[in-house]
Amino acid sequence: MPSGKLSRRRFLVASALPAVAFGIGLRPQLLVARQIVAVTVAPRGPRPVAVALTVNGQRRALTIEPRVTLLDALRERLGLTGTKKGCDQGQCGACTVLVDGRRVNSCLTLAIAVEGKAVTTIEGLAHEGTLHPVQQAFIDQDAFQCGYCTPGQICSAVGLLNEKRPLDADSVREQMSGNICRCGAYPHIVAAVRAAGGAG
Amino acid sequence: MRPFAYVRVTGADEAQRALATQPHAAFLAGGTTLIDLMKIGCATPATLIDIGALPLAQIETRSDGTLRIGALAKMNDVADDEHVRAAAPAIARALALSASPQVRNMATIGGNVMQRTRCVYFRDVTQACNKRRNGEGCTAIGGDDRQMAIFGASPRCICVHPSDLAVALLTADATIHLLGPHGRRTLSFDGFHRLPGEDPERDTILGRDELIEAISFVPTALTRNSAYLKVRDRNSFAFALVSVAAGLDVRHGVIRAARLALGGVAAKPWRAHAAEAALIGKPASRATYLAAAQAELAAAKPQRLNAFKTTLARNAMVRALALVGGAA
Repeated sequence: MPSGKLSRRRFLVASALPAVAFGIGLRPQLLVARQIVAVTVAPRGPRPVAVALTVNGQRRALTIEPRVTLLDALRERLGLTGTKKGCDQGQCGACTVLVDGRRVNSCLTLAIAVEGKAVTTIEGLAHEGTLHPVQQAFIDQDAFQCGYCTPGQICSAVGLLNEKRPLDADSVREQMSGNICRCGAYPHIVAAVRAAGGAG
Repeated sequence: MRPFAYVRVTGADEAQRALATQPHAAFLAGGTTLIDLMKIGCATPATLIDIGALPLAQIETRSDGTLRIGALAKMNDVADDEHVRAAAPAIARALALSASPQVRNMATIGGNVMQRTRCVYFRDVTQACNKRRNGEGCTAIGGDDRQMAIFGASPRCICVHPSDLAVALLTADATIHLLGPHGRRTLSFDGFHRLPGEDPERDTILGRDELIEAISFVPTALTRNSAYLKVRDRNSFAFALVSVAAGLDVRHGVIRAARLALGGVAAKPWRAHAAEAALIGKPASRATYLAAAQAELAAAKPQRLNAFKTTLARNAMVRALALVGGAA
């Protein structure tokens, strides 16, 4: 992880920039004092910094501001536009991806905060040309209309199956409640999730 | 989102050093509240100190029987923990009924109790809000106050606290463990949140330089016989209109000990002391529950549009008590 190995030069850059950006006087004593106490805790940014992500098994090097969300990093920097931006505030689930196998809202996740973790997006679910069982189930059950929420629905369903939750229809509905479908394809989505989990 | 610097720390001492040396810094845990508030301009830290890697995620039973939940334990992990589920069903249920599965995978226990209000005026930076900046005024007063408080409001703020977990913790006489630059302190969780009074900006008594390390409680007959009931506009992924956490210790049909708390009614999780007093020594019956609920609600002061919360709270209290005490 880059944060663990700070060269002196990088530390100076990293510690000086926030001071400039936030109008704090750059008194030399302060800078010296910070070097002494904060060698291991130098902040990065707010200007673009090197961030290494692991997405769908591949290591991807980026230069981004700390404020870039995982969602924006995936879509705007890595060209992985399968992950969708819906509400951008954690309420619709269109941006759902898996981090270390657990479903999360990528719009509420900072890209810089998932360094060292394994990110899986909709693009990473198929294996050697074969769709993931959840993807296949969504096709078999006709579980979408416009398709905009579908990548998030599918990633959420993969997470749900990883969590070993009960797969009766009520439980699936509750456990998929973080994913909104404005076409109202819910009955078929529930059927697809149950089928993929072997309960259909 | 405004630009900010970011630093990931691996130890609590490092976290505190970073906080002391960085102006306008904030701790980042699960991020489901903070990143959201930063996007809408409600929070503008200059530096985020990511504490997600601190070793504070354990859920453990201590040798004295205390159940200790690390501040960084994820909501889903606590909700699913078999010891928590057995020791305090109200706590596990409150967590399971919170937010969405994605949010519960991200959000932490410490962050949960640090949530800011969901008041629409607090979240809209174009509206005056004393909780955002004391002295601006409160748009909710005289505005759309359907979601607002019926207990403990002040002339400066009438919002409600959004946490389900915090309500359930009141039934377990929980303790919160804080770490500051000068050492540790433990407090009754009951005193952690504060009412708005003259200073709505402060939600809790947590010091600016303190970190939540853990929340703990001692399982008892009462916590093992506890329940959480949540009433909302839609049946999933919504904040409570009214919620109730109830725990009873009933022996031979008589209530020996009672804990009752309400959510969605005040700026802090609301311990129903008057109701508890009305339950002790009484038969575990629907008539007792109703009398207790009415005792608590005698002091309720609804806003213009939320008198329904009083009725809802009464009915929810009776139902929750019947879940744990039976309904003779």
